[in-house]
Amino acid sequence: MTILAVDSLKTHFFTRAGVVRAVDGVSFSLGQGEVMGLVGESGSGKSVTGFSILGLVDPPGRVVEGSMLFHGEDLVTMPTREIRALRGSRIAMIFQDPMMTLNPVLRIDTQMIEAILAHEKVSRKEALKRACDGLAQVGIPSPEQRLRNYPHQLSGGMRQRVAIAIAFLNNPDLVIADEPTTALDVTIQAQIVHVAQNLCRERGTALIWITHDLAVVAGLADHIAVMYAGRVVEAGQTDDVIDRPRHPYTVGLLGSVPSANRRGQRLTQIPGMTPNMLSLPEGCAFRDRCTHNDERCKESPEITTDSGGHAIRCFHPQYEKAPA
Amino acid sequence: MNTEATVMKETPLQRFWSEFCESRIAVASLVVLLIIILLAALAPWITPQNPYDLAQVDVLDGKLPPGSDAYAGYTMWLGSDGAGRDLYSAILYGIRISLTVGLAAGFIALIIGTVIGLTAAYAGGRVDTFIMRAVDIQLSFPAVLIALVLVAILGRGIDKIIIALVAAQWAYYARTVRATAMVESAKEYVEAARCLALSTTRIVIRHVLPNCLAPLIVIGTVQTASAIALESTLSFLGVGLRQTEPSLGVLISNGFEYMMSGRYWISFFPGIALLLTIVSINLVGDQLRDVLNPRLKR
Amino acid sequence: MTAFIIRRLLQAALVVFLMSVIVFFGVNVIGDPVDMLISPDADQAEIARTIQALGLDRPIGEQYLHFLKGVATGDFGKSFIFGEPALKLILHHMPATVELALVSLLMAILLGIPLGLYAGLYPDRKVSKGIIAGSILGFSLPTFWVGLMLIMLFAVVLGWLPSTGRGDTAVFLGIESSLWTRDGLSHLFLPALNLALTNISLVIRLTRAGVREAMHQDYIKFARAKGLSESRVVSVHLMKNILIPIVTVLGLEFGGLLAFSVVTESIFAWPGMGKLLIDSLLQLDRPVVVAYLMIIVLFFVVINLVVDILYSVLDPRVRLKDQGA
Repeated sequence: MTILAVDSLKTHFFTRAGVVRAVDGVSFSLGQGEVMGLVGESGSGKSVTGFSILGLVDPPGRVVEGSMLFHGEDLVTMPTREIRALRGSRIAMIFQDPMMTLNPVLRIDTQMIEAILAHEKVSRKEALKRACDGLAQVGIPSPEQRLRNYPHQLSGGMRQRVAIAIAFLNNPDLVIADEPTTALDVTIQAQIVHVAQNLCRERGTALIWITHDLAVVAGLADHIAVMYAGRVVEAGQTDDVIDRPRHPYTVGLLGSVPSANRRGQRLTQIPGMTPNMLSLPEGCAFRDRCTHNDERCKESPEITTDSGGHAIRCFHPQYEKAPA
Repeated sequence: MNTEATVMKETPLQRFWSEFCESRIAVASLVVLLIIILLAALAPWITPQNPYDLAQVDVLDGKLPPGSDAYAGYTMWLGSDGAGRDLYSAILYGIRISLTVGLAAGFIALIIGTVIGLTAAYAGGRVDTFIMRAVDIQLSFPAVLIALVLVAILGRGIDKIIIALVAAQWAYYARTVRATAMVESAKEYVEAARCLALSTTRIVIRHVLPNCLAPLIVIGTVQTASAIALESTLSFLGVGLRQTEPSLGVLISNGFEYMMSGRYWISFFPGIALLLTIVSINLVGDQLRDVLNPRLKR
Repeated sequence: MTAFIIRRLLQAALVVFLMSVIVFFGVNVIGDPVDMLISPDADQAEIARTIQALGLDRPIGEQYLHFLKGVATGDFGKSFIFGEPALKLILHHMPATVELALVSLLMAILLGIPLGLYAGLYPDRKVSKGIIAGSILGFSLPTFWVGLMLIMLFAVVLGWLPSTGRGDTAVFLGIESSLWTRDGLSHLFLPALNLALTNISLVIRLTRAGVREAMHQDYIKFARAKGLSESRVVSVHLMKNILIPIVTVLGLEFGGLLAFSVVTESIFAWPGMGKLLIDSLLQLDRPVVVAYLMIIVLFFVVINLVVDILYSVLDPRVRLKDQGA
């Protein structure tokens, strides 16, 4: 059953220097309990996509086009009041930097209880108990004590666990995780992924995991969408995208990740710099960094999907060229 | 990328000017300020009367409302004060004194503060701690209090007021210069200069000081405005300049006693002159800060 | 925490000591002590007598110790004008000043925070731009000038409010104050507003800057993502973060209010210790001037100390850092 269907979403930022098309026609859909990896470099629009779903895009940005059907209701046209009722209860979000997410001057219990009381009429005591259980479920030892702490008394990994606990407090249908492991140590990254994955499985929660790191989502996601310059350039089942990448950009991304089964091989890199969103080249946005660039690429390629559901936006699809 | 390329073609001064002109209010303030300075500088040639030449002042002209004719024949467009001085003339002369005191105090405080700030930044260690502690303590007291302490010790008069203003303000400059110098000296080009075995004095004067200029200009304008305000405050209270050195504050103070009887103009017009002076300097300073502070650039 | 307080106490004592040195040497070395401390009307015999009584013929170090002893026992000498001990005179004028300062502090909070919040939350609205322009004016205009304009407008032109004096006072809850009478309040309003002006501007700026900065913080976005109402996001998550610096600055500004009350009290003829200082300065009543300066320095040091300690209590981050140290 599809719980979220995003269609041709466009979120633009109207800055003094010009219009930044941060998200420029993104479509994907997500079934109940499914995990999607949304992959891309910084500035590719993946985080803005996440914030657009929750209606939390800060001015001068706004959603200008498209629809986002959540259980069949369009989040784009939904009144602010109703979106707010969904936030934190049906759709929750985990942010990138746990050091910045929790309010530094409020205790953990305050920040957890208010998340429950914003959506349900329960007693403070009941809410406190649920907060405590929530902390225990994300693997925080002695949760009663931790509840009385301020955020700065916890380590980064602990804080991210707290943020995850808050996200799952109201049993949401969908959790959007915006690079939740980027700011953490490698050893802790794996734990955080594990905690989030378990909670999703147990409760049948759908998950959008936003990251720049294909390796992280390879073992986590059911399917993957790769974004470049505000558009999805490749999407499909995780195995298809990881093992048989067809867009030159995805190929480049995979080639730049070290991995155990490619020992001894050279790491490749994508030439050029991340694109300036104010002056994208005409046609394919990846054109001037692509080795397959030719005359055709001056036109914008449409997205094409094969029978296996593997979609790409490119005139020069790569066949079986992935490093073995 | 494109915008940067075009900007590079302008000289830094042109760019500074075009950015300054982005604010119409700032440009208007600059024009007002220049007019004020010009009027003050030309005061002896464009006023009908030297208000402090007793031979030209007639007590019979005292307290005349704006637009009255003086005994000597000219029209007193802004009226006259209690002693019969033409207010227009008195105000222009008053601006002269106010500006002189403010600029002198600002300049001396700037020099002293800069030297102390650079010393703190480059001596480091105990000297730095000592100087910065002194700066912190001084800045925890309001300027008006420091000035009052000095006025209490030194008494009245232009020279003493300037000393009091400098004492109240040097710390702002010192703190700013030290902070900027610390940032600059951590940068690579200073490191490079050190590697070339250039002397510390040379590095400080040739490399670090020029980079402190931008914040100094900003602080300098704002502090000069506040020096003028502080002087006028002290003078208004009767503990600043003497009657023989009539700044705007002294003029306002003289008129205050007549205010309740409805002779508003004796205080009001010098007050407006003071307002225009201080506010225009501050607005120019605000825009300078926006233009010169790269952190705020959009 | 205790170590922190002790360290700050020692520092405060040092500042008071240094200021006593400056005031003492200012009066005794730079100025002429005979001129400074003895009534100008005194005759030769009295001057000689006083010089001996004050110990001005003794070495400077000894004199300083004598002065310190006087300060420690609250003996600053007698006022030339009133013939009363200087300290008693100042304490007598203090309640009026403290009342004025407290009321204007309250005005700064009640007016400054809502205005600053509005300007910060809706930066593009015309009203916000007006608020900011007003606060720039409030900052750059000298207090006495604004006082003058207030008198002109409200007392002379409109005739709504009195412009001089303190008005009637009454005793309520054991406190004598002009807050308890209509007449007192009408006298209090203009000077308090005048004194508050700089601080209203300051609070507006601080609040607005705080709001603008905090609004882009992740924790605000996260609070919204939790589905909290906008009013809770602003009143709890935002305000609690920006109140700490505002409270700190306002606390420090209380000393500034006492100092600036010198100006306001002089304009509005408010019978507080600031007016007493100016009167004493003009009448060369030096014992009172010296006593005022020492007392106001003491005030400042105590206020700074209290604010520092309060700050560390208010902000959990600071509190903890100190426990760790």
